[in-house]
Amino acid sequence: MINENESFIEESTKFNNLVDSNCTKSKVFNFSYQLQDKINYYLIKSFACLVILLLIGLVAMLIYSALPAMEEFGLGFAFGDDWNPVEDEFGALPFLFGTLITSFLALMLATPVSVGVALFINEVLSKKLAAVVSLFVEMIAAIPSIVFGLWGVFYLAPFVKETLTPVLKSSLGFLPFFQGASFGIGILTASLILALMIIPTITSICRIVFKTVPTLQKEAALALGSTRFEMIKIALLRPSFSGIMGAIVLGLGRALGETMAVAMVIGNSPSISASLFSPAATMASVIANEYTEADSDLHLSALCYVGFLLFIVTFTINGLARFIVWNQSKKVGG
Amino acid sequence: MYLKYRKLKNLIFHFSLYLCAALVLIPLVLIIFFVFKMGATSINLDFFTSLPKPVGEDGGGMKHAILGTLYMVSIASVISIPLGLLCGVYLSEFGKGKVATLLRLTIDMLTGVPSIVIGIFAYITIVVPLKSFSAMAGGVALSIIILPIVCRSTEEILKLVPGHIREAGLALGLPRWRVIFNIVVKGNLSSLTTGVMLAISRAAGETAPLLFTAFGNMYLSYEIDEPMASLPVQIYNYAISPFDDWQRQAWAGSLVLIVLVLGINIFARTLISLKHIKFRYRG
Repeated sequence: MINENESFIEESTKFNNLVDSNCTKSKVFNFSYQLQDKINYYLIKSFACLVILLLIGLVAMLIYSALPAMEEFGLGFAFGDDWNPVEDEFGALPFLFGTLITSFLALMLATPVSVGVALFINEVLSKKLAAVVSLFVEMIAAIPSIVFGLWGVFYLAPFVKETLTPVLKSSLGFLPFFQGASFGIGILTASLILALMIIPTITSICRIVFKTVPTLQKEAALALGSTRFEMIKIALLRPSFSGIMGAIVLGLGRALGETMAVAMVIGNSPSISASLFSPAATMASVIANEYTEADSDLHLSALCYVGFLLFIVTFTINGLARFIVWNQSKKVGG
Repeated sequence: MYLKYRKLKNLIFHFSLYLCAALVLIPLVLIIFFVFKMGATSINLDFFTSLPKPVGEDGGGMKHAILGTLYMVSIASVISIPLGLLCGVYLSEFGKGKVATLLRLTIDMLTGVPSIVIGIFAYITIVVPLKSFSAMAGGVALSIIILPIVCRSTEEILKLVPGHIREAGLALGLPRWRVIFNIVVKGNLSSLTTGVMLAISRAAGETAPLLFTAFGNMYLSYEIDEPMASLPVQIYNYAISPFDDWQRQAWAGSLVLIVLVLGINIFARTLISLKHIKFRYRG
């Protein structure tokens, strides 16, 4: 038995050498195939483990650097509304508020448009046109956020100040959200830019979700005499509802972490106000603005704490989105 | 009468779909138009070949930032592309078991980590021990950003390779690693290149992780352990400055950046679609 095995290995080594000398000029291996494959497998696996360790290291380092601030402020950090680097007073509530309100507004604006565009590309356009339009939509995702920011500062902000604000004030001015002076730079402008930036994300996932709906189902709805709109409503939107929710949550994850474009147009003032015209700050924007200028260790640590909070929030949101999308694909697949 | 009402609803619905598409495409066109309009007036040969001049003097360019971006993207690519490819291979070829599940989760989570948080990580792990902002830190931050993109695209592409191709390789008597690298990976190099290029175009446009890792400077530097300028950070610094000339240069920088990023992006996409066309004609 052992002999047989050995002779097999010998044979295979010979053959391996033959293959080696035929295929490549690399040096002759004296390992059996099993051993080669094992080495290769564990080598690749070790790289995979390296990446997993990277994420763990990332979280660990974030916590480590945020420790001083954690000890100083504890969990109350997330609910303190005073951010005053000069007196070493730090509370993250204004940034939590800014992040949540801009992301929420962006979602409100982006969701109907994204679903509409996804339907438009999938159901209305011919295949060739659909490819072109979807390429354009994906181009939006490719534009660097700094360019969005630049455009936001020099074009969108004046537009919001001079055109959008008067319209909103005259039509909806009785609401507390649309009161106060507008400088162009503030929550509304940031939300508009964010909405534009997350549209490609939501659109592409919605398109994938819509594609999983069987054609038969759509044809059945049409055969029953429904119009295109009714077919889309009954046979497309209803079964893919949870998928759309997943897409929205993924878009939310993207919106929460967006830094540069928001940092440039939101005005960066750690304040909480009901008016959408007023400047605010998000978790990401305050890190971008103050990190290099932080002179006290506590300030730096507090910023890391904000970063950690941001990480936790996006982590949870993304996890939720995966969960929803997985469930959806399971349902359709089964 | 009722049918008319339904048809009307259908019409309104279709109209609103067109409106949605317009709402998305108009800002895109506006952004590109604006960048080209503002950038074209301030871009010239000087912009590519000279360094910034002191405030008040006209002229000067962003040679250092353009080179810096290329330099740091190269560092990121050198780190991330092999690692991302190997992880993608692991997921598609040995994608079962605890490690693979964990890796998939990790990649998902890494995709979702805000880039500014990755910047903090690079700051803590590289800038603090070295006591200096450095191109190395910037490159590492960018590499963490593109790693999940490379890995994900590799996995998706290799998963599409039909099983019988692997079996054919094994039947020829090749060891498995040979099958993986010489047949599966080599045969899909052009698709894999597309994924890699998309990742690179992403890295070239990132600002947030470079703000406090590579930091930026105003002179030409090739040192890996010194601060290095990059196009996005330079644009940011110029855009928030009060000087007209600098703002003008920010637009020129944006034009270069957008042409670079969208150029790579579109090139990569056409590469893959051309390949599909070729396959179709082959039958």
